[in-house]
Amino acid sequence: METLLNVLVVGILLGGIYGLVSIGLNLIFGVIRIVNFAQGELVMLGMYGAFLAYSMLGLDPYVSTLIVMPAMFLFGVIVQRVAIQPLQAESSMQIFATFGLLTVLQNVVLVFTRGEGYSVATKVASFSIAIGEIRITGTHLIILIAVTAISVLLHLFLQRTLMGKSIRAVTQDRQAARLMGINVERTFMVTFDIGSALAGLAGALIAPIYTLSPGIGDNFILAAFAVVVLGGLGSVAGAWAGGMIVGIVEAFAGYYIDPELKQAIWFLIFLLVLVIRPTGLSGQVGAEEVGFREQS
Amino acid sequence: MSRLLEVLGMSAGYGLAPVLHDIGLYVDSGEVVAVIGANGVGKTTLLRTIAGIIQPSAGRIAFDGRPIGSTPAHDIVGQGLALVPEGGRLFPFMTVLENLELGAFNPSSREKTRTTLDEVMMLFPILAERKTQLAGSLSGGERQMCAIARALMSRPRLLMLDEPSAGLSPVMVERVFDMLRSVVASRNVTVLLVEQHVEDAPEIAQRAYVIERGRIVKTGSGAELMNDPDVQRAYMGL
Repeated sequence: METLLNVLVVGILLGGIYGLVSIGLNLIFGVIRIVNFAQGELVMLGMYGAFLAYSMLGLDPYVSTLIVMPAMFLFGVIVQRVAIQPLQAESSMQIFATFGLLTVLQNVVLVFTRGEGYSVATKVASFSIAIGEIRITGTHLIILIAVTAISVLLHLFLQRTLMGKSIRAVTQDRQAARLMGINVERTFMVTFDIGSALAGLAGALIAPIYTLSPGIGDNFILAAFAVVVLGGLGSVAGAWAGGMIVGIVEAFAGYYIDPELKQAIWFLIFLLVLVIRPTGLSGQVGAEEVGFREQS
Repeated sequence: MSRLLEVLGMSAGYGLAPVLHDIGLYVDSGEVVAVIGANGVGKTTLLRTIAGIIQPSAGRIAFDGRPIGSTPAHDIVGQGLALVPEGGRLFPFMTVLENLELGAFNPSSREKTRTTLDEVMMLFPILAERKTQLAGSLSGGERQMCAIARALMSRPRLLMLDEPSAGLSPVMVERVFDMLRSVVASRNVTVLLVEQHVEDAPEIAQRAYVIERGRIVKTGSGAELMNDPDVQRAYMGL
């Protein structure tokens, strides 16, 4: 029983990490349907941003989010203008462009770091709470709180605010959105930029628990796509739950089946869901096609 | 009466394929004008070009005296020109209420969203009943009403409708046109509509244009065109 609970807690904490690294993709892929393979690299840049703020300015990674988020928003502006916007009419080319971006970003960071692994320290790391036998570190707790809070805020933003509604409108029917007076190009740009800023935030928040490497984004990207699709495209609450499912399944599979197979198991579940329920766990029927159809 | 919309020598199309040639038409304030033509003659392209979705390749479009030929679609709405596209094109995964709210998205009508919403709900009581329902779940007639109501949310001076009767049963067509008549009367809007079914349009329109293969070939009052033997032969199957 103790073990079971232990594994569950590990799974939930892991789920928090998966959920957090998926949040930017949730907006960029889940809502505006841009298949961004470089999303993991945006998280990676956020991690290095936190490292730079720490090593150069002595900032705690949690404080550095105040710099990293706006910086990644601006970085999103550049990426969107240079690589995404020009290919808006050809979504399959967009996918290749983001894949190219992935390679470029990894290698640029590799050049600068020369393959050396960095780490970021925080005072929070020494703090932990105990539930029975289980210790939860402050760094993990912050991730769990952050992913939940951001999910709630993002959900409210998309559902309740006029800007959130205009973003959803653009996904559902670009031409009708134009007729409403919505600037479609600007909406795409701002949404992508917010997604990039959220990826940066995720990177800064998880930086203290990883050794930084240029290829670290690869650990997140497949899981992030699985999380967003599993939850149901465009559903923020679904993606939160998707993150938890992936984390918990991984923890249980790793402990009870085989550590080597832990990721294979949730990927199998992901494939099953795709076959049985392509809209994801909480997606609306037909929603998986929205934004992917030819739009005139 | 003043010229609300004036189109002069306008040509437009998609890429290298021209669809419209040398179009000239006007709509005065307070009028209901119909453009009649068979499938594929360029009626939809005409409305899309006026609404700014497509840029004209030649000619001039003026709304209330101001040229709008190179204004992007999202800025044209704010000037008081709204288009109800064919089939309504509601946002299917949003509620009726959200669709209506987005109708008032442009800055010039956004502040009045509440008031306009109340007025529009009075005109379309069925939408008040359905307001929390997803737009994708509405019936064909309700969808068309919702699309007209959404366009009215921008408080337009000129309302353009692309085949409001398409895909509706004769009874529903009658209801939509009744609705349109009361909208014209109560909200003081000018209407430019495009129709394939010539027998419906003159009932509501004072004037009409006949369009064939991208050119305007005839114009006259609704009754004149109804009695024109060519029009009868071409569009009424007589």
